Order: sequence, then structure tokens, then C-alpha cells
Amino acid sequence: MIEITQLTKSFEDKQVLRGITSRFDAGMTNLIIGQSGSGKTVLMKCIVGLFSPTSGDVLYDGRSFVAMDKAARTALRREMGMIFQSAALFDSMTVLENVMFPLDMFSDMAFKDRLRRARTCLDRVGLLDAERKYPGEISGGMQKRVAIARAIVLNPVYLFCDEPNSGLDPKTSLVIDKLIHSITHEYGMTTIINTHDMNSVLGIGEHILYLYNGMAEWEGNKDQVINTDNERLSDFIFASDLLKKMRAEVTKK
Amino acid sequence: MFILSGLHTFGAYLRLMGRVFSRPERMRIFFKQCLKEMAQLGVGSIGIVLLISFFIGAVICIQIKLNIQSAWMPMWVSGYTTREIMLLEFSSSIMCLILAGKVGSNIASELGAMRTTQQIDALEIMGVNSASFLILPKIVGLVAMIPFLVIFSTTSGVIGAYATAYIGHIITPTDLTAGMQHDFTQWYFWMGAIKSLFFAFIIASVSSFYGYTVEGGSNEVGKASTNAVVSSSMLILFSDMFLTQLLS
Repeated sequence: MIEITQLTKSFEDKQVLRGITSRFDAGMTNLIIGQSGSGKTVLMKCIVGLFSPTSGDVLYDGRSFVAMDKAARTALRREMGMIFQSAALFDSMTVLENVMFPLDMFSDMAFKDRLRRARTCLDRVGLLDAERKYPGEISGGMQKRVAIARAIVLNPVYLFCDEPNSGLDPKTSLVIDKLIHSITHEYGMTTIINTHDMNSVLGIGEHILYLYNGMAEWEGNKDQVINTDNERLSDFIFASDLLKKMRAEVTKK
Repeated sequence: MFILSGLHTFGAYLRLMGRVFSRPERMRIFFKQCLKEMAQLGVGSIGIVLLISFFIGAVICIQIKLNIQSAWMPMWVSGYTTREIMLLEFSSSIMCLILAGKVGSNIASELGAMRTTQQIDALEIMGVNSASFLILPKIVGLVAMIPFLVIFSTTSGVIGAYATAYIGHIITPTDLTAGMQHDFTQWYFWMGAIKSLFFAFIIASVSSFYGYTVEGGSNEVGKASTNAVVSSSMLILFSDMFLTQLLS
């Protein structure tokens, strides 16, 4: 479980996050949504420690990340897995080497065991036959799946996904969403997904935090989001005519 | 303002070097990385070093013979001057200036691209000291390979000078050999090698600094690459002045 309390972040005189408090439970897909510039990415970066919050705290199962020393932070980072918007695979390594990398760095397993574990994770995301390819030789969707395999190879406790569907077609996005959702339940991880994708919101949003202008505007789940009376959230979620129509039909029923 | 900005950059460079020079997390991976960098930065530069040094050796010999040597000078002057220029300055300093262009831009653009595609962030999230993991092998790899490049450069320059004798018939091989062997000071070779170690450190660390600290997109990566080459070259020339005085 990850808790954030009164989190603020300013860049010089510009305040981006304004006292956000929320809780992200384990074994759930927690979504952070909001318009561009609402502070989603900054919030994610504050949670994973790429940015230091101006004030407030981030608690990983009760452990304050802000108060931790460097060694404790490094140790905690080994419990984290992250999937970046751009997949962030290492260009100079093959798919298998990318997935094996965290094991090479942090585990004392024998080479055979590391190889077996990496192949198990690649198999889990359905990419065992692409293990010898380089990131440049596979599609964007496959890259995201490799990133998922790399993120889970060390059995992380916390999984972070920064716009995992960005740049993918709707069908591949669904595959990625389902994969993240099932892995979250399988491993009992605390998963936080930063997304713009309404399919993700309505499909896997077990806990949704809506940010507006750097503040936590609304919290709920995918069922509550459909019937929300929050105008800003409603405008954001049902921005397209198609979604408005779908919502009307659902409400009618 | 310019001084303040310079001091700010120097402070950031020192802070980065503080992170770079820490014990590698896995020595096995570190040695593997070092070997990769030695091949990429060192072995990959042998071709350009041999080619440029060959022609510069030849050109120096031709210039001295045709434009400087006169009747009152001994016949060995061309060979002697070619050897001394190659040993004292070209193979260490000028060759490193050339490498600052080739290797420096390579390092800065590689790290810059890694930064913009979030590969460095991915390392940090995993708990890897990305500065040490990425930069230290580059510094070690280039510093380890540079003395060999100096040797190749000097040898290639001497071969270039002999080419003017045997192929161009600008000078007789006997006169050239007499010059090459005249009053040889072994220390000059060591001086070039020692200077090159400093220059290799400058090229690898300064270029890494500019690449690693890129913020933005491809335009900034291009700027970082240019800054890396310009700053490395300036620092090489600046430190060459002090090192030459110190080692002579």
C-alpha cells in the first residue's frame, strides 16, 4: 500500500501539486487521471522519487520515502518496477538481456536460474520467441510488453506505469491493460497507472484519482465514474460524443 | 554572469563526478562494460587515428623538407622535426582534439538519447547508480586505450613520413632515418602518453557530463553534443599548456 499525504511540489514559483492526499491499495489497479498539465506525471515522479516533494510525505507500507536515507531508498527501489511511456528499454541489449538486467544487477541467482526466470516473465507477456531481438526490431506494443516483463522480473511489491498505452492502437492498449491488471492480481502488487486512456479508466479502474489543477478533485472506481456528478470529471471522461452517447445509454438502462 | 554560469556548470560537473566515482555494484558487469567501451571508443577509433596520423606525418615531412630546410641545415632536420612533432604534440594533444570530436560527440549523443528516452530514469528507478554505471566504464575504457592510440598515431605518422621518402621521393630514406634516430629522448614518448591520459579523462568525463544532463528532446541532444566537443577541445588545449610546462 502506498499513501501520499498533503503532497505539494513547486518549481521555482509555480506550484504544480497542491496538497494531494490519497491511498493506493495493494492488489488493485490504481489509476491517476487528469488533463494534460494537471500534475499526473509530477505526482508519479514524486511518488517514485525522481522528484523530491516540496512538502508532504509518501509512505510505502508505512515507510516514509521522504525521510529515508540514500541506502534505504536504494533498497526500496528494488521493490519497485516501472513501465515508462516510451518503454525505456536499453537499445544496446536484446529483449532477453533487457529482462535479465535487473536480475544480473541485484540477484545472486546462478546464470541458469536467471535465464529461466527471465524466460518465465517473457513467456508471461507472450514474447518468448522475440528474446533475441533488439528493441528497435519490435513494435511499440511488444516493447511495452517487454517493459512489463522487465518490471516484474524481480517480483516487485510496487508497480508504476506512466501512460502505458501511449502511442498504441486501441486493441493493443486493451492487451496491455489486461496484462497489467492480471499481473497486479497475480502478484498482489500495489499498481499505480498514470493514464489518459478512457478505455483503461472504464476497464481496469479499481481505484481512480482524478487530478485537476494539481489537486485531488475526485476519487472513486470505474462504476462510480460513470454516474459521477462532478462536472469537471464528467467533462473530462465523457469529452467525446461517442462516450457521451454510451453514458446516456448506460444511465437509461 | 558568464563566470557565475561557468562556476555553476563546474559545480554540477563535480557533483556528477562524485556520483561517478563510486564502487560499481557488480564488478562482473562493470568489467564487461569497460571492455565494451574499450572496443567502442578505443578500437573503434584506431582507423581514424591511423589515417589522420599517416597523412599528418607525411605532410609535416614534406613541409619541413620543401619550405623550411635550407642549405645551412643538416639533412636530418626533416626526419628529426617530424618525429619530435609527432611525439611531443600531434600524437597526444592534436590526436586527442580529433578524438574529442569523434568520441566526445558519440558519448554525449548516446547518453543524451538515453536521457530523453527515459533509459536513465529506468536505471534510477531500479536502484542503479546510473551515473557510475554508464559513465565510469567510458572513462576507464578511454583512459586505458588512449596510450595505445598514441603509439599507433606516432607509428603511423613515421610510416607516413617514410611514404614521402619511398613513394614521393621528397627526401632520401637515409636522411629521414638519420633524423628519426637523431638525439632521441625516451621521455618525450612518456610525456605524450601521460598527457594523453589526462586528455582522455577530459574527453570522457566532460562529454558524459553534457550528455547525462540533457533536458528536453533531440534538439538539446544536438546542443549537448556540440557543447561536449567544444568544451573538451578547449579544456584539452588549456590543460596542454600546463601539462607541457609541468612535464618538460
